Amino acid sequence: MIRFAIHSFFSRKLRAVLTALAIVLGVAMICGSFVLTDSMSNAFGAIYTQIYKNTDAVISGKSAISSSSQNAPPFSETLLPKVKALPGVKEAIGGVAGNAHLIGRNGKAISYGGAPNIGFSVDKNAPELSSITFASGTWPGPNEIVVDKRTAGNEHWNVGDTIGVQAEGPVRRMRLAGIFLFGGSTNIGGATLSGFEVGTAQRLFDKVGQLDQIRVQAKPGVSPAELVSQIQPILNPLNEQVRTGQGQAKKETDDTNANLSFLQDFLLAFGGIALFVGAFVIANSLSITIAQRTREFATLRTLGATRRQVLRAVLFESLLLGVFASLVGLGIGVALAQGLSSLFDAFGITLPRAGLPLETRTIIVSLLVGILVTVLASLRPAIRSTRVPPIAAVREGATLPEGRFAPYRGIGAALLAILGFAAIAYGLFKDNLGTTQILLWMGLGIVLVFIGVALFSSRLVRPLAAVIGWPGVQAGGSPGRLARDNARRNPARTASTAAALMIGLALVTVVAMLAQGIRTSFRDAVQQIFITDYAVEAQNNFDPLPVSIERAARSAPGVVAVSGVRTGDARILDENRTVTAVQPGASRVFRMNWEAGSQATMDTLGADGAFISHAFSKDHHLGQGSQITIETPRGDVEAFTIKGIFKPPPGGSPFGSLTISSNTFDRLFTQPQNIFTFVTMKDGVTPANTAALERVLEPYPNAKVADRDQFINDQISGLNTILNVLYVLLALSIVVSLFGIVNTLVLSVFERTRELGMLRAIGMTRWQVRWMISWESVITALIGAAIGIALGIVLAGLLAARLDFVAFDIPVGSLLIFAVAAIVVGLLAAILPARRASRLNVLEALQYE
Amino acid sequence: MSNAHANGTVVTASQLTRRYGEGETAVDALRGVSLEVASGKLTAVMGPSGSGKSTLMHILAGLDRPTSGDVTIAGHEITHLDDTALTKLRREHIGFVFQFFNLLPMLSAEENILLPLSIAGEKPDEEWLEELLKRTKIADRRSHKPSELSGGEQQRVAISRALVSRPTVIFADEPTGNLDSKTSGEILDLMRETVENLGQTTVMVTHDPRAAAIADRILFLNDGEIVKDLPRSEPAVVISTMEELSRS
Repeated sequence: MIRFAIHSFFSRKLRAVLTALAIVLGVAMICGSFVLTDSMSNAFGAIYTQIYKNTDAVISGKSAISSSSQNAPPFSETLLPKVKALPGVKEAIGGVAGNAHLIGRNGKAISYGGAPNIGFSVDKNAPELSSITFASGTWPGPNEIVVDKRTAGNEHWNVGDTIGVQAEGPVRRMRLAGIFLFGGSTNIGGATLSGFEVGTAQRLFDKVGQLDQIRVQAKPGVSPAELVSQIQPILNPLNEQVRTGQGQAKKETDDTNANLSFLQDFLLAFGGIALFVGAFVIANSLSITIAQRTREFATLRTLGATRRQVLRAVLFESLLLGVFASLVGLGIGVALAQGLSSLFDAFGITLPRAGLPLETRTIIVSLLVGILVTVLASLRPAIRSTRVPPIAAVREGATLPEGRFAPYRGIGAALLAILGFAAIAYGLFKDNLGTTQILLWMGLGIVLVFIGVALFSSRLVRPLAAVIGWPGVQAGGSPGRLARDNARRNPARTASTAAALMIGLALVTVVAMLAQGIRTSFRDAVQQIFITDYAVEAQNNFDPLPVSIERAARSAPGVVAVSGVRTGDARILDENRTVTAVQPGASRVFRMNWEAGSQATMDTLGADGAFISHAFSKDHHLGQGSQITIETPRGDVEAFTIKGIFKPPPGGSPFGSLTISSNTFDRLFTQPQNIFTFVTMKDGVTPANTAALERVLEPYPNAKVADRDQFINDQISGLNTILNVLYVLLALSIVVSLFGIVNTLVLSVFERTRELGMLRAIGMTRWQVRWMISWESVITALIGAAIGIALGIVLAGLLAARLDFVAFDIPVGSLLIFAVAAIVVGLLAAILPARRASRLNVLEALQYE
Repeated sequence: MSNAHANGTVVTASQLTRRYGEGETAVDALRGVSLEVASGKLTAVMGPSGSGKSTLMHILAGLDRPTSGDVTIAGHEITHLDDTALTKLRREHIGFVFQFFNLLPMLSAEENILLPLSIAGEKPDEEWLEELLKRTKIADRRSHKPSELSGGEQQRVAISRALVSRPTVIFADEPTGNLDSKTSGEILDLMRETVENLGQTTVMVTHDPRAAAIADRILFLNDGEIVKDLPRSEPAVVISTMEELSRS
C-alpha cells in the first residue's frame, strides 16, 4: 500500500505541486521569520561584542525604576578619577552618547529608513577601547566630528569639510576630522554614526559634567571579575552599576533580543495565518481528488484492501506531500527572509542584519509545523475515502456515501461559529485578563469562527452566486450563465475554495477597519483638544524634540502661547507609568474636559500640583486633593497634590497618567524632551506666522512646522506604514488562497472534460470557454470576498466596541479596493485552468471517461 | 427543411486519408475515402471497430482534420478553416447526437435543448421549440434535470438539442449505444421521423444493424476504405453483409 501511495503521489505531479504550494508559502514565512530575526539578533550581538571587545569592565548609569540598559540617567564624571585610581585599572575612559542629527547637503537632517542617528564620544588616548578604525583622517579634537564611512560616502563628505550637527541645542558647524569604519564594517543597519571628543559630546548632548558610561581596561593579570569586584564598592548603587565587558555585551544583546522576539512573534503569526489558509486549500484539494478517485479506492477494496489500509495509504500520501512542501518551503524561506528585510527597508524600518543563518531550531519547527498541518488537513478527506464501498468499482457514476452527521453539518457549523464569537467576546470583555490570555481567547475564537463560517458557507453559495453571477449572465450570455451554474453545482467545493480567500479578506478588512477607526477617533480627539495653531515636529514625525526648540519657538514674533508636552517614565503606585508635563499657558493650547479642576489648573500647577486622567483616578480611587508619590529613574521621590481630573476623548490625549509642571519635571528628570510642541499665535495660521516660526527654528533642521491638518496627517502616517506592512504580510495568505482557486479549477476542468468537449462541439468558441472558466473563478473569489468582508466588519465591530480609541467607521473605499482585488485574484487564478480548458482537444475530450 | 441544397449534396468528401502517428508505428485510419451525403436523407456508416468509421465522422463534422483530402459542408471547404471559423460553422450547420447524451447536469431539459442557440447568442424561435418538444415527446419533462430523466428521455433531449438550430446536417455517433433495445427502437423511430417529416439530413455512425436498417443508404467501412454502399436494407441484409466483410 505504501508503494501505491508513493506511486499515486508522483503520478499526479501538477496536482501535487499546486496543493503543496499552499503549504510551501506558509512554511517559507515561518522559516523566513526565524532566519530574519536570527540574522538581526546575530548582527546586534556582533555589534555589542565589537563595542566591548577590549573592555574588561563597563560602568553604566542605572534607572531606579527599570532594569533596561536603555534610557538610564547619566552619572557624575567625578567617578572617573576614582576608577582610574583603583589598583587593577590600567586605563579608563568616560563616554556619553545621544541622538545626533547630521545635516545633509540639502540642509535637512539625514535619516536612512527610520534608523537611529547615533552620536557618541571617542577617546584618542585609548583607541583600543573604541570600536572604530579610521578609513581616512584621524581622531576628533575639540569641536570636531568624525562620521561613519557610508554616511560620508552618501553625502560626498571629505576630511576637512565643515558639516552641521544638531543634538540637544541648535545646529553646530564642525570640521570633519575623520571618516571611520565601525567594527570593520562601513555602517550598522541604516544608522548614521558620529563621534566627538568627550567635552564636545557632553556639550552637544547637554550632559556637561556627566557620563553615560565608563569603559575600563584591567592591568595584566587582573581578571574582569576581579576588576568588577574592585569597582563595585566605590559606586553609588542607586545610580551606577558595573558589569564585565562580556556581561555588558550580553545584557545589551538580551535587551535588544527582547524587542526582536516581539518582531519574531509578529512575523510568525502571519506564517501561521498562511498555514491556516493553506490547511483549507489542502483539505479542499484532497476532498476533490478523493471524490474523483472513488473508483480507484473501490478497486483497491475489491482487491482486498481494508479500510485501515486505504486510510493509511491516503495519509501516507499527504505525509509525502507535507515533507516535500515543507522542504521546499524551508528553501524558499531563506530567500523570503531577504525579501522581508527589503520590505522593512522599503517601509522605512531598517535594522542591521548578519547573513541568513539557518538554525537547527528553524529547520525543526518549519518542517514539523508544515508536515503536521498537511497531515491534519488531510484527516477528514482521508476518513471519507475509507467509506468508499467496493461496489463503487463496478457501478457507473458512484458517489461517496454521506457521513452519519451530514444532516447536522449546518447546525454544527453555525454552533462552531457562535462558540468562536463567544470566545472572542470573553477575551475582549472579561475583566482582569492578562494580555496573553486575551490574545489566546481571541485567537481561539477567530480560528473557530473561520472554521464555522467556512463550513456553513456552503449554504450561502447558491444565493451569493446568483447575485454575484448576475452581471456575467447579462453580459456574457451562455458562458456567463454556465459559469454561475458551475459555481453553484457543488456548493461545498465552491464554499471551501472561497473560504481560503475569505480568511485573508476578513483579516485585511479587520486591519483596514481598525486603522480607519483609530484615524477617525484620533482626528476627533485632535479637533476636540487642540485649540492651538501650530505643532513643531521632528522630521520623522515621532521623535521627541529637545526643550531648546520650545524655547526657540517662544521667541517668534506673534506668539501667544507655547506648550511642549514633556514625557518620561516614573514609578507611581508600584507601576511604571508615563508622566507628562506642561507649562503655564497650556490652557491656551489644549482644551480638556474637566471632571475636577478647570482649564486654569493647567496654568497653575506650581511646584507640587498635578492633574490626572479619569481612568487613573478611577483605578486608584484618587480625587481632587489626594496626595500621590512618584519615583523617578534617578531615584528621586516626590509628592504631588492632585488639582484636576480630566476625561480624555476616545481618541486619547497628549497627557499620561499624571501631568505636572514643566519646571518640576525638568528638575526631576535628566535630559527632558518634548513629545509634542504646540504654538498658539496671534491671528492663527497665516503665511506670515508660519514664516516667522520657521525662521526662529532655522537652527534646528530636525524640527518642522505643521498646522493642525498636517499634524494629524503626520501623526497618522506611522499608522499608514504599519497598515502597509500588514497588508503585504496578509497578501501572503491571499496568494495561498489564489493557489487554492487554481487547484479547484484545474480539478474541476479535469472532471468536466467531456462536458467541455460537448460544448466545443456544439459551437462554443475557445474564448467563450476561457471566459466561462474565468467568470466562475471570479464568482468563487467574490463569494469569498463578500463573506470575508462581512465577517471582517463584524470582528472589527467587536474590537471597536471594546477599545475606546477605535471608532466604528467603515472605510468604504478600502473595502471596494479589496473587492476589486478579489476579482483580480479570481482572474489570475483562472489563467492556467482556463487555458487548459480552452485548448482541450475536442475529440479526446468527448471520448474522455 | 432549412438547407438550401434540397435534393442536392450537403456534405462532400474527396480522397480523405487520415494517418495517426509517424514512421513504423503509423496507422492509416482512412485510406482515400470519397463520398457525398445527400440532402434530406439518413446515411448510416457501418463497420467493425477499427474500420475508421468514427474517424470519418469526426472529419466530416470538422472535429478532426484529414491528413489529405477535402471536406465541403454546405458549400464551405472546411479543412483549412481555423478553430474559430470551424466553431462558427459547427454552430450554423452541424448538430451532434452522442452515445453518452452529454447533457449538462445543472441545466433543465429545455435549457439543455436551447444551449446551442444560447452559446451562439441567438434568440430561440418559440414556435419551433414547442413543435420540437412535442415531436420528441418531452414537452412535459421540459423543466426536469437530466438526472431526473430516463436514458431514452435524455437522448430525446439530446436529439432536440441537435435539431434546435435547424442544422444542415446532424452527426449521430452510436446514438443507441448506451440504451436498451426497446428504448433504442423508440430513438431510431424518432430519428427516422425527423428525416421523413423535417427533411433533416443525418449521418449516423453505428454498429447496430437495426439502427443501420432505418437509413436510406448504408456505407460499409473496412480498413479505412468504403467497401460496400447499400441502399435502404433490411436488418438481415445488413447482418449478412457485416458477416461477409468480417470473413474477407
